Amino acid sequence: MEKFTTLSAIAAALPEANIDTDKIIPARFLKTTQRTGLGRHAFDAMRYREDGAENPDFVLNREPWRKAQILITFDNLGCGSSREHAPWALLDFGIRCVIAPSFADIFFNNCFKNGILPINLPRAICERLMDDASMGENARLTVDLARQVVIRPDGEEVPFEIDPFRKHLLLEGLDDIGQTLKHEQGITRYENREHQEKPWMPSIHID
Amino acid sequence: MAPRTLFDKIWDDHVVETLPDGTSILYIDRHLVHEVTSPQAFEGLRLAGRRLRHPERTIAVVDHNVPTSDRTQPIEEPESRNQIETLERNVKEFGVPYFPLLSANQGIVHVVGPEQGISLPGMTIVCGDSHTSTHGAMGSLAFGIGTSEVEHVMATQTILQRPAKNMRVTVEGVPGHGVSAKDIMLAIIGHIGTAGGTGHVIEFAGSAIRGLDMAGRMTLCNMSIEAGARAGLVAPDDTTFEYVRGRPFAPKGEDFDRAVAYWKTLSTDEGAHFDKEVTLRAEDISPTLTWGTSPETVLPISGAVPDPAQEPDEARRVQMQRMLDYMGLQAGQAIAGTPVDVVFIGSCTNSRIEDLRAAALVAEGRKVAQGVRAMIVPGSGNVKRQAEEEGLDKIFLDAGFEWREAGCSMCLGMNPDRLTPGQRCASTSNRNFEGRQGPGGRTHLLSPAMAAAAAVTGCLTDVRELV
Ligand code: SF4
Repeated sequence: MEKFTTLSAIAAALPEANIDTDKIIPARFLKTTQRTGLGRHAFDAMRYREDGAENPDFVLNREPWRKAQILITFDNLGCGSSREHAPWALLDFGIRCVIAPSFADIFFNNCFKNGILPINLPRAICERLMDDASMGENARLTVDLARQVVIRPDGEEVPFEIDPFRKHLLLEGLDDIGQTLKHEQGITRYENREHQEKPWMPSIHID
Repeated sequence: MAPRTLFDKIWDDHVVETLPDGTSILYIDRHLVHEVTSPQAFEGLRLAGRRLRHPERTIAVVDHNVPTSDRTQPIEEPESRNQIETLERNVKEFGVPYFPLLSANQGIVHVVGPEQGISLPGMTIVCGDSHTSTHGAMGSLAFGIGTSEVEHVMATQTILQRPAKNMRVTVEGVPGHGVSAKDIMLAIIGHIGTAGGTGHVIEFAGSAIRGLDMAGRMTLCNMSIEAGARAGLVAPDDTTFEYVRGRPFAPKGEDFDRAVAYWKTLSTDEGAHFDKEVTLRAEDISPTLTWGTSPETVLPISGAVPDPAQEPDEARRVQMQRMLDYMGLQAGQAIAGTPVDVVFIGSCTNSRIEDLRAAALVAEGRKVAQGVRAMIVPGSGNVKRQAEEEGLDKIFLDAGFEWREAGCSMCLGMNPDRLTPGQRCASTSNRNFEGRQGPGGRTHLLSPAMAAAAAVTGCLTDVRELV
């Protein structure tokens, strides 16, 4: 997983509440066998017209927000189905940080698992950040995870909260697997003990 | 040591380490893999340059996408074919044991595991599929996981978990004539609701449960997830040990005896604490089925569809009316006698040899009613072969049933076996959600014997009138 330290990037505003995972990535794209490549279907229904052409009014179809790496929305981002395809689609589009007044639980967890930083900030602040995000080429925000601040274009710093353990994982670029593998000695010890105590444990081999 | 439940014992036995925040690294004995939830996990391993820590604790099958008709033809739907071919490439690249489509051992992952002796008592078993709870019938802790977790298990042979709460559902007594494990489980879900087991692992206990064969216990544990539970469990006993003995991947000879000695320690201690307890009497349970689009909307076959007008809670009332509209049923109508279009006997809930025997008993010497499509889909190639050895295929074919190849089939609309809008189906599967068996399809969950009764009469029928 890529480390998340500081991110200085274009921010896009999607001033809506209850953006569910079906909006982020519709069910018909779930038969894929990859987690990459979903970016072009992210927000499919908002992004494309029925004939498949881009909707020129949708923010992520406009410059400079085509290159947005930060997304700001209103309440309950990521509700609905627990599909992990939602963070996969965001990440593949290029989004590394999502900011909202509240998130759906599983989506929130799935963001961390995929190296996306979800930031909880009160609605009033989200609205101010959305104003910043509308400033064309200057729609840049800086997120400094180590110091736990979002830095606005005018230099004002907005502090945010984050679970210390999750912060650590993001800063170090450790996914759950990397984290668990730090305990590899413990796993090996367990396996050795199992070998002693359950010598009958069969292996599966098929020729 | 304080008295412990069966769940506590299996859990304690598999904790590698407990982290400061209360999460445990839990060792996983068996990882079952299928084509739908594994591709991104393999891709993740590949991107990170990782391998499976223990391919020899892993088994892969194809089941969700496979057609259940002629297997020698190529698979038509390109996306289904792609998922299957991707799995075949992945198992080769990562050295994962695999039962291919044309093997007799192929079948629904939750039928294959116990059948092959891959799922054993006391194990921790996971799979990227919610009905992994089925394997709890072996007396193992078995639960479904997400795709990131599938990758985690592949790379580390462990999973990060917090312990569940303990719940016990006790069913005492002797089930009446025509009452099977499916009826017992539907009655339990009707009693505790689809959120009744949330956050808990349910241990099923009592004389009625001990009296069930392994297939029946699997039906029970399979649907624990429909009661909201993380997993279901039945303590291993002589029925379990006799079932396991001689299975292809089960321990043999002295190893088997040593394993049994350990498995015998796996029962809940006297006085162990349960966070929740429910007790039912088997004699109170009739052949049972669902009328709505949630597994908790159950009725005895002698019952009438409930009337939303009698429901005091507004939200519930609206929901009930919506279910009735979707299902095409009238408030207050007797459920028996409702005509069906399709009968599906299969799925990881009810596709084992015992289930097919129960259905054959009803079908024998009778004919599928005119206009009804009735399908039998064995849970595995081995179940199919055994049924053919016993002559069950002949009974079904003579009666006018379709005799198909093993797979998930019409349990979910992901392969060619699907309901068309408005069709009513008597189904032995586990989910009756809107559109589950195909868009607009109407599902009544019931037992294999009840499904067969519906097939030969053309309507929902009390099986006790036929046998
Ligand atoms: S038979 Fe149905 S419930 Fe069982 S694994 Fe297949 S799709 Fe899932």
